[in-house]
This record gives sequence, structure tokens and C-alpha cells, in this order.
Amino acid sequence: MKILVLLSQVPDTTARIAFANDNTQYDGNGVTFIVNPYDEWYALVRALELKEAAGSGSVTTITVGGADTDATIRKGLAIGADDAVRVDAQPTDALQVAELVAAYAKDKGYDLVLVGKETIDHNGGQVGAMVAELLDMPFVPLASKLDVNGTTATVERDVPGGVEVLEVALPLVVGASKGMAEQRIPNMRGIMAARTKPLNVVPATAVADVAKTVKFELPPAKGAVKMIPAEDAGQLIELLHTEAKVI
Amino acid sequence: MSTIVFIDTRGEKLPKAAQEAVTYASQLGGNVTAVTFGDAQGLESLGAQGAAKVIVARGVKAVDGQQLTKLVCDIAQKENATTIVCVNDATGKAVAPRVAARLKAGHVAGVLGLPEGDTFKRNVFSGKARAHVQVSSAVKVLSITPNSLAIANNGGTAAVEEHTGDLGAARITVKELRKAGSGIPLPEAELVVSAGRGMKGPEHWAPVEELATLLGAATACSRPVADMHWRPHHEHVGQTGVAIRPNLYIAIGISGAIQHLAGVNQSKVICVINKDPEAPFFKAADYGIVGDAFEVLPRLIDAAKKLNAER
Repeated sequence: MKILVLLSQVPDTTARIAFANDNTQYDGNGVTFIVNPYDEWYALVRALELKEAAGSGSVTTITVGGADTDATIRKGLAIGADDAVRVDAQPTDALQVAELVAAYAKDKGYDLVLVGKETIDHNGGQVGAMVAELLDMPFVPLASKLDVNGTTATVERDVPGGVEVLEVALPLVVGASKGMAEQRIPNMRGIMAARTKPLNVVPATAVADVAKTVKFELPPAKGAVKMIPAEDAGQLIELLHTEAKVI
Repeated sequence: MSTIVFIDTRGEKLPKAAQEAVTYASQLGGNVTAVTFGDAQGLESLGAQGAAKVIVARGVKAVDGQQLTKLVCDIAQKENATTIVCVNDATGKAVAPRVAARLKAGHVAGVLGLPEGDTFKRNVFSGKARAHVQVSSAVKVLSITPNSLAIANNGGTAAVEEHTGDLGAARITVKELRKAGSGIPLPEAELVVSAGRGMKGPEHWAPVEELATLLGAATACSRPVADMHWRPHHEHVGQTGVAIRPNLYIAIGISGAIQHLAGVNQSKVICVINKDPEAPFFKAADYGIVGDAFEVLPRLIDAAKKLNAER
């Protein structure tokens, strides 16, 4: 089984959110960058488990970005990916990421393309579906379980009020969410091995320029919290009815 | 100007998100054609939100994004649409980005509010900031955030047509739908009562459910509670679970870790009940009660009963 996993680099979950250059850019100064958790914990680890279960195959990671993403890529290799690709580009929109990934993956015969359900910075959740469209593959978003039997994948996802079990013939693209796998911490052997695993840097191909973020802003400040004494807790229900008018 | 709205209309009545999307499309101006699938009835009522016409592909199921993408693109081409509105939910996420990739159109995922010119606002960094996205393509694809605008009701009636074109064979099939309880689906819920580890065990959930029932709210839980199997996974709200933006979110015995806040910080009114006055959740709250859940809940239930009796 030949699997491609999309790895994205994002600011740490607890990082301070600030903007530079007249609020046109994220200010990454002093911020720790990590592998996007959905890509790392669920997409990559499940890809490795599927390869291990099949007893053969390969797991390749692909990242779109500059040389500053190398730490993210090496972490993917340390966790267990066989090799890595970096498309050397600075994308300004999800469609550009998808076009660059699809241009690389096209004609390479991947059985599965795995991606996290979204990145924790842009929260768009678009790249997987776009790659699927460009490669003419089915796509299942928000998957919590993925199994492969021969050439058929079984995918589960949480839907309101239950779980939907889907069947899809390979190849396909899956957006991985919580439940698909357990996080793996790279061990020393993995970290050492990662140093010598292949990291292929490929040049960017032409992309569409159709959307870009021109400005950031912080959300409107929240008013002060109104505290209600525990012994008068029932007052909360009255306030929600008469003051907040939500019930 | 012609606008296509792609909506999921499954369910006993027309989903709120579908009505919101049609409302949004008509607020953008121009002629609005709604596109949907499946066996929903009463689609003509979408005229009240501003749809002139509804085109429905009867034989198509929700899961195959490729069939639905072809449906949307075929109709968009026929109607000469310059804007395609979708909902940023599970169905929309499988279709809107595909449509954008196929048409080489700019896509904004999770639009908030009406645009200024060709610039749209959306949440980024899990609600900790907003981005202004400028779309420069001739066709724009906009996935709107559920529960972010009021539904219009102008009493009109839309013409309903059945789609007849070929959409190809479905490549994704539903093998099974495992139901896990009934109640109000979380992403649709306007009111949510949520509880966490402070409840000490699954056997103590009855008052949480009672309060939710009295208020007409959905129940939700924090990640540890779902991980310990005290509650089903689909109830887990937060960054790794479901992200919600109800009108009211009541959090009982949840400390408010940054990952939990990421999934609920867009709620319009947040109430936090926690025995620890230092719980970080209080900083994000509109109303707070420092106290033991087992003492506070019965008082809330009594007050909710009293309110219901008066209404």
C-alpha cells in the first residue's frame, strides 16, 4: 500500500496570537511551531498502522513550505514515515497548497492520501477535498476510523446522533479527525533514523491566485463576567431569560 | 447576478442551516437558485428565504462529494452563477472545496457576515482571530458558518424542479448508520448544556439531562468525559470534537482548557459553573457561578421549571 500524508506546520496550540506589518501577517516571532496535530496524531499514525498491518508499502509525507518547515518534516520521519517531500513554495491560499500537492501526487499511484481534518491555524479544512477533486478521487471528511481490506476502504465518521459507516474503493483521500489513531512519540532510534531518511525538495509548479488573506483582526473583546452567588443559582435562569434573552 | 446555494435538506423539517444559507444568498442580491438532493418535501417554502427556484436531484445521497460537485457545477454553469454559497458543515466540507478546485474559484471556508466588496471575514486560530479574505476570481465559493445569521421569512414560494442530468455513479456508499441516542443534533442546537469531569462519573448525568430537557437544549461534554466513555463521542465539543456556536452554552464542571474553548468560544452567551474560582473558563464567560455542580444544578432545574410554568 502506497500512502501519501499531508503534513502542515502550525503555531503551537497555546501560542500567542499577534499580527505584524499592519495586521497583514501572522507574527511568528518567538512562537514555537509544531506539526499540525490532526496531520501528525491521526493521519500520519494511521497511515503507519495501515502499512504495518499490510506488511508492505510505503508512507511518504508531503509539506508545502520553505526550509523553515524542515523540523516538522523531520518529526514526521522520526515518527516513522519512509521518506518526505517538500514543495518549495509560500502558498497564500488553500487552493495553491492543493494544486502543488496534486501536481506532485498525480501519476504516482498512491492508494491513499491522508490529511488532518483541518489545520489549527487556518481552520479551513479544504485542502483534502481540493486534492481529491484535482486527482479525481473520492474524499471523506471528518473520519474517525479508517480500515482497508484489499482494495476497499471502510471509513467511519461521527454524524449528529450517531456514526456513519462508509465503503469506498481505493484510491481515496481521507480527512482524519480524533479517534483514528493514538499519538506516537518518536523514540531515539526514530529520531536518529530521521536524519538520514530522504527529504526531496521539489520546485513549485504554477498555481491559481484566486483568494488571499489581506488583513487579520482580533475578535471583539468579551465584556466582564457577571458572577452569581451559588446560593442564588436560580437567578441565572432568570437573567438568561430577561437580560440575555436566550431562553 | 446569479447565485447558487447548495444545501443539505435531509431531516423531518428543513434544517436551519439550509434556510440560513438561502437567506445569506439572497442578502448578497441577485437571482437565487437553491440546489439540493434526496427526498426532502416542502422545498417550495425556501421562497420565504429568497430562493426563486429549487433544483433537487432526487436519487442522490449525501455522501458522494463527486456527484454533488458535478450537480452544483452543472447548475452553476447553466445558470451562469458568479457566486456559489454552501454551508460549512460535514456535507458542505465535502463539496465546496471540490467545486472551488474544479472551477479554479476562490473559496472562503466559514464566512461570517456579508462582504465588503470582494472581501469576506472568517474565523482563524480557532476563533482567536479573524481573517479578511479577498477573493479575486470571477466565480466565488462561500461556505457560511452555521448559526451566524437570522433566517429571513418573507412568505414567498419557490418553484421546485427535479434535476435530470447524469451525475455518474456514486463511489462512496453508506454501509451502516449506527444511531447513538436521539435528541437535538449538536451542530444545529441553539442551546447547549455541557458537562465535564466535575460531574465525577457517568451515573451523575441525570440532572444535566434534566436541565437540558427543561431548556430545550442539546447535551454536550468535554474531551476527558468522552475519552473515559462517560458520554458518547459525538457529544464531545472542543477543538478535536465538534465546534459549535449556539446562542447559549452552559458549561458545568469544565475548567475551560484552551482546546475546549476553541470549540465553543463562538457561542453567543457562555455560562460557567465551576467550584474552582480560578478555572480559566470564567475569563471567557458572560455569567459565572462558583459552586459545586451537585448543589447548583438542582437550583437551576427548579428555576427552569418555574420559568417553564410561567411561559
